[in-house]
Amino acid sequence: MNYTLLAEQFFNGFQLGIILFLVAAGLTLIFGIMDLVNLAHGTLYMFGAFFASTLVAVTDSLVLGMILALPVMLAAGLLLEFSILRTLYERNHLDQVLATFGLILFFNELFLIVWGPEGTGINLPPYLTGTITLPGGITVPEYRMVIIASGLLVALLLYVLVSKTRVGMLIRAGASNREMVGALGINIKLLFTLVFGLGAVLAGFAGMIITPITQADSGMGESILILAFVVIVIGGIGSIKGAFIAAILTGLIDTMGRSFIDVALLQIMDTVAAETAGPAISSMMIYILMAIILAIKPSGLFPPKGA
Amino acid sequence: MTEIMLKVENLVKHFGGLVATDSLNIEVEQGEIHAVIGPNGAGKTTLIHQLSGMLESDSGTIHFDGQEISHMSSANRCHAGMVRSYQITSIFKDFSVLDNVAMSIQAREGHSFRFWKNANKDAVLAGKAREILVEMGLEERAEVLADNLAHGEQRQLEIAMALATDPKMLLLDEPMAGMGPEESSRVTKYLESMKGKYTMLLIEHDMDAVFALADRITVLVYGQAVACGTPEEIRGNEEVRHAYLGDD
Amino acid sequence: MNLEILKTPRGIYNSLLILLCIFMPWIAPAIGQDFFTDVFGRIMIVAIAAISLNLIMGFGGMISFGHAVFVGIGGYAVGIFASHGIESAYIQWPVGLLMSGLFALIIGAISLRTRGVYFIMITLAFAQMIYFLSVSIEKYGSDDGLTIDARSDFGIPFYDLNDALTMYFTVFVLMVACLLITRKMVNSRFGRVIRAAKSNDERMHTIGYPTYGYKLTAFVIAGMMCGLSGLLSANFEDFVSPDMMFWTFSGELIFIVVLGGMGTIMGPLGGAIIFLLLSEVLSNITNSWHLIFGPFLILVVLFARGGVEGFLAKFEKSPEAKS
Repeated sequence: MNYTLLAEQFFNGFQLGIILFLVAAGLTLIFGIMDLVNLAHGTLYMFGAFFASTLVAVTDSLVLGMILALPVMLAAGLLLEFSILRTLYERNHLDQVLATFGLILFFNELFLIVWGPEGTGINLPPYLTGTITLPGGITVPEYRMVIIASGLLVALLLYVLVSKTRVGMLIRAGASNREMVGALGINIKLLFTLVFGLGAVLAGFAGMIITPITQADSGMGESILILAFVVIVIGGIGSIKGAFIAAILTGLIDTMGRSFIDVALLQIMDTVAAETAGPAISSMMIYILMAIILAIKPSGLFPPKGA
Repeated sequence: MTEIMLKVENLVKHFGGLVATDSLNIEVEQGEIHAVIGPNGAGKTTLIHQLSGMLESDSGTIHFDGQEISHMSSANRCHAGMVRSYQITSIFKDFSVLDNVAMSIQAREGHSFRFWKNANKDAVLAGKAREILVEMGLEERAEVLADNLAHGEQRQLEIAMALATDPKMLLLDEPMAGMGPEESSRVTKYLESMKGKYTMLLIEHDMDAVFALADRITVLVYGQAVACGTPEEIRGNEEVRHAYLGDD
Repeated sequence: MNLEILKTPRGIYNSLLILLCIFMPWIAPAIGQDFFTDVFGRIMIVAIAAISLNLIMGFGGMISFGHAVFVGIGGYAVGIFASHGIESAYIQWPVGLLMSGLFALIIGAISLRTRGVYFIMITLAFAQMIYFLSVSIEKYGSDDGLTIDARSDFGIPFYDLNDALTMYFTVFVLMVACLLITRKMVNSRFGRVIRAAKSNDERMHTIGYPTYGYKLTAFVIAGMMCGLSGLLSANFEDFVSPDMMFWTFSGELIFIVVLGGMGTIMGPLGGAIIFLLLSEVLSNITNSWHLIFGPFLILVVLFARGGVEGFLAKFEKSPEAKS
């Protein structure tokens, strides 16, 4: 086994985990607090990627473009909440699923028309294209470290917001017992709008920071959405802590699985069999993980109290 | 010597730091109506949840009709002969009144893995369901959607569904809640006429009904039984008057 | 068969749906649009998948967002056997149905332990798992799929699925069979348990039903019925690919059921006809038909609850809307 490769894949997996967390955090709060099944959360991730690409191109600055994209994300999220999703809160899950499915189809098509099937992207400025050499000869691209660092920073800010502020207290209360928050005389509509806006910004942020690596294309939201579902099901709906742990776990297992399952299988079977079984098993690993966790804990690892 | 139908020993249930049921002991004799009264938050509904298997108890045992049922599923407790009713009406709203009751009948007629024969035309189910509706005075409403019943009628249907499972023991969670005086007295009379046929554990806020019906009363405060006795004993119990009955 | 049903708008509409399916092979050439026969063959195959979804979702309240996976499993049963030169329907079809049922058993056993939002997401996740699995296996075409050289062979003289009309009416007969099975089943004791569990699952437990087993059984039956749709699809298109179990198809199936009228027997067929004709028409006008379809879907959800059947039922005097 090649330990440098192992370490590099660890960073790749950790970075995927960070992105997953940013998407899943908003998703889990929206599920937990508003009881809203929002399939269009992946669409917000796509928004972030495209808006930032455009703004970076216009301003010719990665940092400025991304910073400008954040309020745009907030506005887009609030607009979406205000125009359509708000009417869905009191609808059943089925209506929510279908309506947000409709949103996905619409926006994917719209973005396809505007930006074409090739999509768009962000070119990294020269100062971010290098690699960092860690002790032990492990090289990690600079930008990957930037993603991990900024993701962790946002996670930290989110933690402070949720655990140390009054709004955060309400969010936590809402996630564990929705009726109670309403009974406390809190303006629940405002709280919902705030949470949705927060979720939109987080998902958009994830979409923009990943774009220099993956490009922005129509439909990018759904592959991340389904992974984010797996994350919040594992973590427990409504739990930020659960989302974080499950996201990192999912990111690591998925990435490491894809790199090392073949190698591991070669120890126990011949080359042809391993080359067939390897991709098959690694593509299923996180779902198997989800199945195992659900079999043991049907409400995920960290179900909010009272749920 | 009457037999003990339900024996609850050292039953405990915590919710976080809150003790809902605190080392509770209750014995209900066969054929008696045993009322459980207590102020709001005393843990009465929690007790019903635990007895009916909706809530797993933290510790303690429940014996029913000679067998331990502490870890039995709700469905199996029902098959063993113990059925509950709900304080907040819990019916099949998009089914007809008759079909609501027929569901209970069907449950006691063995498994329902029968995929072909039309159950709507099943004379056995409908016939027995109709008998129950006649007993409860709901026969004229048999074909109405349960959702379209008046509130009091829904409360009656609630009890009818429990009765239709052919239980040995009924756990009645505020059966008279939300009923008008007329309906309430009808249900009281009905329950009285059922005395001896079913063993009943009755939770009720309507004290007139409780003192009229109950053979024995247990007073529950903060999950603990503070007194147990005949209606006269409870009425005369200073501690209970003080803690619960007030200036009555 | 009594003719009373023809006196209600729903009865007339439902009869029209069936008549359209029966006579399309003659109507289509008559109006100079031969391809409509193919379109209707496809519609009925999708309808079978929608009928099976309606069984668990419309009658049982289980919102499966991964139902298309069973179409894929049925389809690949034909494709994989055919790629090994095994064309006998007596091997392909039982294995296809059994595999669909087995996967439904596994997915259902895990998903039904949870409820609500979890159920939706888990069924979706498992469907994606099988999707990625099919993409990852190069031996069976990866995402290019498998072209099927020979349709299932039943070995009966004069019964050959390669004949277009035979294929068409095989699909028709099986679809009608699925409709009849659903009708029988939802009115049986089993069906009542499923419907009552949708209405009030907790009460079902307290009056003595362990509903898990009943729901799981319904899920497995629906999985197999949907697998049948896949078996037919593979034969009809002479092709299978991972696309047939992609999550958007599961979403479309949900929409078809809702559009036609959830929890009604004929709803899925009506929904399939409207949806597929609409997509046919829209995609002829513009490649970007999702731009119209997306908002249309939202409008249906927001303003047309109950679907077509629900709309027509409003014109009936009898309050017993459900058959």
